Amino acid sequence: MNWKDYFSTSIGKKILVGATGLFLVIFLVVHCYVNAMVFWPDNGKHFTDAAAFMGGNPAIRIVEIGLFAAFAVHIIMSLMLWSQNAKRRSVGYAVKAGNKTSKWYSRSMGLLGTLILMFLILHLYHFWAPNRYGQFFDPTWTEGGLYKNMLVTFYPPWVVAVYLLGCFSLAWHLMHGVKSSMQTFGLATHRYKGFIKSFGVAFAIIIPLIFASMPVYLHILSHMANP
Amino acid sequence: MANCQIVKLSNYTGMQHYNMNLTLKVWKQKNCKEKGKFETFQVSGISSEMSFLEMFDVLNERLVAEGKEPIAFDHDCREGICGMCSMYINGRPHGPWHQTTTCQLHMREYKDGDTIVVEPWRANSFPVIKDLVVDRTAFDRIIAAGGYISVNTGNAVDANSLPIEKQKADESFAAASCIGCGACVAACPNTSAMLFVSAKVSHLALLPQGDPERKVRAVNMIRQMDTEGFGSCTNIGACEAECPKGISLENIARLNREYIGAVFSGSMEG
Repeated sequence: MNWKDYFSTSIGKKILVGATGLFLVIFLVVHCYVNAMVFWPDNGKHFTDAAAFMGGNPAIRIVEIGLFAAFAVHIIMSLMLWSQNAKRRSVGYAVKAGNKTSKWYSRSMGLLGTLILMFLILHLYHFWAPNRYGQFFDPTWTEGGLYKNMLVTFYPPWVVAVYLLGCFSLAWHLMHGVKSSMQTFGLATHRYKGFIKSFGVAFAIIIPLIFASMPVYLHILSHMANP
Repeated sequence: MANCQIVKLSNYTGMQHYNMNLTLKVWKQKNCKEKGKFETFQVSGISSEMSFLEMFDVLNERLVAEGKEPIAFDHDCREGICGMCSMYINGRPHGPWHQTTTCQLHMREYKDGDTIVVEPWRANSFPVIKDLVVDRTAFDRIIAAGGYISVNTGNAVDANSLPIEKQKADESFAAASCIGCGACVAACPNTSAMLFVSAKVSHLALLPQGDPERKVRAVNMIRQMDTEGFGSCTNIGACEAECPKGISLENIARLNREYIGAVFSGSMEG
């Protein structure tokens, strides 16, 4: 058995993209669940408790390293496949089929993924980086600061607009990605493909919608507190 | 046979027969090394009951009569079963009709004055030989890498001596209906040949004769597919939408399963 050989084929690379994609999907569910606690009307107490658990749990911190690794593998493998595929048709068609035979978002995963990555860098700059810095380097840092940071961050409307664009890109990326990863693992059989398609669509709508409602809600809250 | 008359198809189908004049923009390329370009041809008096290839025959006869070089295009059986015809018509492999080869596309799809753009399959793995003819021997090499059963299974056995589950028999038969035309590659934005390879792997993997070699077969055919320079599958689904034989994406799911299973069976050494 040669694992390097296994992952060097086009299907092997796709398996890596699919596996890391599914791991990121699980992360999204956990992230969404914890962040949804901002909706609890207790001035962020529930959310702060959950954030303290996630931030102070060594196991979660270890998984976080895996999360960054998953992002890296997902992006690098996708870029490798994209660059290889881009060279496979030197002369393009004069007339293109467009949306007659496939969905635009299934052909635009690279563009959508790039938009998500750009959003992600901003998102890490807003929340993850100051939080981790404070946790390890600032003795006056408290978990409760994260909730206050969210209220401050989402005060300007442009930040909310960028986050909504990020959620929009995520939704379309998931619309193809969830179904596609199941197909890559060979699960989209005659029996299950209907369920997989419906699940993928539902997931791609529900999770980004919950995420999108957070900056809007916090924007309204912050403006109510500081009109 | 004094009373013999040519009976028009339209008499039976109720469709109105009509003639049309068309503008064709056809890709002309001397060989794989020289650059090609579109040339425009006017064709007149085309019957709505002609097939698309017959329309090309009319054009070529005129070009030959005028002392010009005819347009090279692939064709053989002209009844939708050989997979030779391979025209990319107005942005669609085999034209706009669902599950139809170019030879079965008929001119009643078009109306007088239409402009039709005809291109060859475009993929680096299918280099242009001349005009609309492309070299699809890459598919032959993929088949040679494992699309067979390597033991002599003898003559056809008596019916029902080797019972096969009905569902599997049907799925195998459906996969075996792939005619290897290459429309899947032509339609795929990545020029992936996964639908073709998955059909060839599936039709053998589902039968007891093909079962013992199924993992090695999948690995070897996938390796050859990559060697031939076909792109990777990103599950876009244009191949299934354009396949003239309706080969299902479920076959690609099966090929993926075969590949994943291969690593656990030690077949990667094959």
